[in-house]
Amino acid sequence: MKILVGYKRVVDYNVRIQVKPDGTGVVTDGVKLSANPFDDIALEEALRLREKGVAEEVIVVGIGPADLTAHLRNGLAMGANRAIHVVTAEAMQPLTAARTFQKLIEKEQPGLVILGKQAIDDDANQTGQMLAALWDRPQATFASKVEIADGKATVTREVDAGLETIEVELPAVITSDLRLNEPRFIKLPDIMKAKSKPIDVIEFASLGIDSGDHLKTTHYAAPPKRSKGVMVKDAAELVAALKQKGLL
Amino acid sequence: MSKILVIAEHLDGKLNSSTARAVSAAAAVKPEAIDVLVLADNVDAIAADAAKIDGVSRVLTVARAENAHPLAAVLAPQIAKAADGYSHVFVPSTTFGKDVAPRAAALLGVAQLSDVMSVEGTHTFKRPIYAGNAIVTVEAEPSHVVVATIRTASWPAAASGANNAPIEALTLDVTLPSHTRFVELKQGASDRPDLQSASKVVSGGRGVGSKENFDIIFKFADKIGAAVGASRAAVDAGYVPSDLQVGQTGKIIAPELYMAIGISGAIQHLTGIKDAGTIVAINKDGEAPIFEVADFGLVGDLFKILPELEAALG
Ligand SMILES: Cc1cc2nc3c(=O)[nH]c(=O)nc-3n(C[C@H](O)[C@H](O)[C@H](O)COP(=O)(O)OP(=O)(O)OC[C@H]3O[C@@H](n4cnc5c(N)ncnc54)[C@H](O)[C@@H]3O)c2cc1C
Ligand SMILES: Cc1cc2nc3c(=O)[nH]c(=O)nc-3n(C[C@H](O)[C@H](O)[C@H](O)COP(=O)(O)OP(=O)(O)OC[C@H]3O[C@@H](n4cnc5c(N)ncnc54)[C@H](O)[C@@H]3O)c2cc1C
Repeated sequence: MKILVGYKRVVDYNVRIQVKPDGTGVVTDGVKLSANPFDDIALEEALRLREKGVAEEVIVVGIGPADLTAHLRNGLAMGANRAIHVVTAEAMQPLTAARTFQKLIEKEQPGLVILGKQAIDDDANQTGQMLAALWDRPQATFASKVEIADGKATVTREVDAGLETIEVELPAVITSDLRLNEPRFIKLPDIMKAKSKPIDVIEFASLGIDSGDHLKTTHYAAPPKRSKGVMVKDAAELVAALKQKGLL
Repeated sequence: MSKILVIAEHLDGKLNSSTARAVSAAAAVKPEAIDVLVLADNVDAIAADAAKIDGVSRVLTVARAENAHPLAAVLAPQIAKAADGYSHVFVPSTTFGKDVAPRAAALLGVAQLSDVMSVEGTHTFKRPIYAGNAIVTVEAEPSHVVVATIRTASWPAAASGANNAPIEALTLDVTLPSHTRFVELKQGASDRPDLQSASKVVSGGRGVGSKENFDIIFKFADKIGAAVGASRAAVDAGYVPSDLQVGQTGKIIAPELYMAIGISGAIQHLTGIKDAGTIVAINKDGEAPIFEVADFGLVGDLFKILPELEAALG
């Protein structure tokens, strides 16, 4: 079985995001970029399934500009067998990303696709669900535990009410939650090995995909700031202050 | 004119308050009609609750055994079918809505808006990106149906009781897949207030130190009638179950009072409490970033302060 993994590059989660003063976007020049944390987890899960003998091949997919190569090499260094780079200079919305994955699925015929539950830049939390719909296959989102046997995946999902377990027939789309696993660290020899692993480069335009980008972002603004409050000296003063506001 | 279909969220035969919040957002569009769609196995009690919500024009029900559990693969084709004739489909941005709405949108061939926090016009909305560090204004093409999830913390629940909307059974001609099966739901059994709708929340972080120590948080929460939340670090360390996590990847909440105890105030945590009325921080480190956003801060050891607070409450 082949596993296709979404491996998106985003602004590192430690970066303090600044909105450009003219409201046309956020400052991304010169800021640190990293793999979407959920995608590192998705990749780790795929690698573990390969190590268990459930899968033979793990393919990382990146959709983005020409300079995405170094980022994809990180995925290869972590352990993916090969990478697919769909080259586009334009940022795309989840429906278009899902249509792109669908094209790759037609070609690769994976038994499983693992994406992150959300990318921490746009926080859309959509691509996996949309892909599952287009592919007409099951989805198991927000996964915190995955077990695969007999052509089925049993997936525990982190939902608002607690932990839900569902069973899905393969092929299927799984999206990773934070507690699915702890991604491994990349070791130096792996970085060397990754240099000789193949990266297929596909021009987005050559895939003949209709854009599903029906939403236009017209303005970016910084969120309203909460003002700094007051420090109280002890428990009694705190209780008095909260009582005065009618909160206790 | 706009016509909006709101998808009801429910559990154990009861309507979730997130539905009434989505109705509030729908009302802000000033539509001609707001219909609520109930997909369940037993629809009656849920539909009766939905019919009472102010502003609801009709409640549409689809009673099918397959709808017993909220499986996106089963619900999405029904939503896509029922969406015919509507200008907007709104779903609460809870794990339920986040799971099902993108699947329905893809079946309709349209993009989806996530986490709508304000309505600026029939096709113009605001939503947060980058963990709430930027707010974007998004315009949707009027030629497509708008499928959106509604950030529940941004909207009050529409009032309930005065309305008595008609309830109509709907027959949708769709074949449902059998490739996805519900196995079980383990609910954090608790008679405490629900984290997502509570007016007071007491949260503990890594500073609480252990599962056993977390009792001090539960005890204090019970004393003031609050729900209990936690930081990711506390959940990861196994002090409390994952459904208590507050933040970018946990629950986004807007209680009147939020007390962060032994929580440093990482940006991903703060995302979850931006709309809280009053934030109280208790932390032994006076430099902790949580104090930057707290309305009331108290520096000190939580194991000393919590008993003192309880004593001061009498
Ligand atoms: C100011 C700004 C600039 C941007 N610039 C770029 C840019 O230069 N290049 C760019 O590609 N995007 C860019 N984006 C992001 C782009 O708009 C998103 O890729 C798109 O909206 C999808 O949303 P999401 O990632 O939040 O989807 P989600 O549904 O949250 O993503 C879920 C999962 O889908 C998979 N996935 C989604 N997109 C990709 C992808 N591109 N590659 C691999 N896997 C993916 C991942 O596994 C991810 O974890 C930019 C966004 C902003 C706000
Ligand atoms: C992609 C991503 C998503 C994330 N999503 C979330 C999320 O949804 N929610 C979330 O919370 N985090 C999230 N995080 C994690 C976040 O970055 C922080 O690591 C986490 O919030 C830290 O939790 P904490 O404040 O409990 O722990 P710490 O940062 O370790 O802080 C513990 C605090 O307790 C104080 N303390 C210790 N002992 C005492 C005592 N006896 N009395 C008083 N104070 C004491 C310390 O001074 C310290 O400030 C996410 C991270 C990533 C990368």
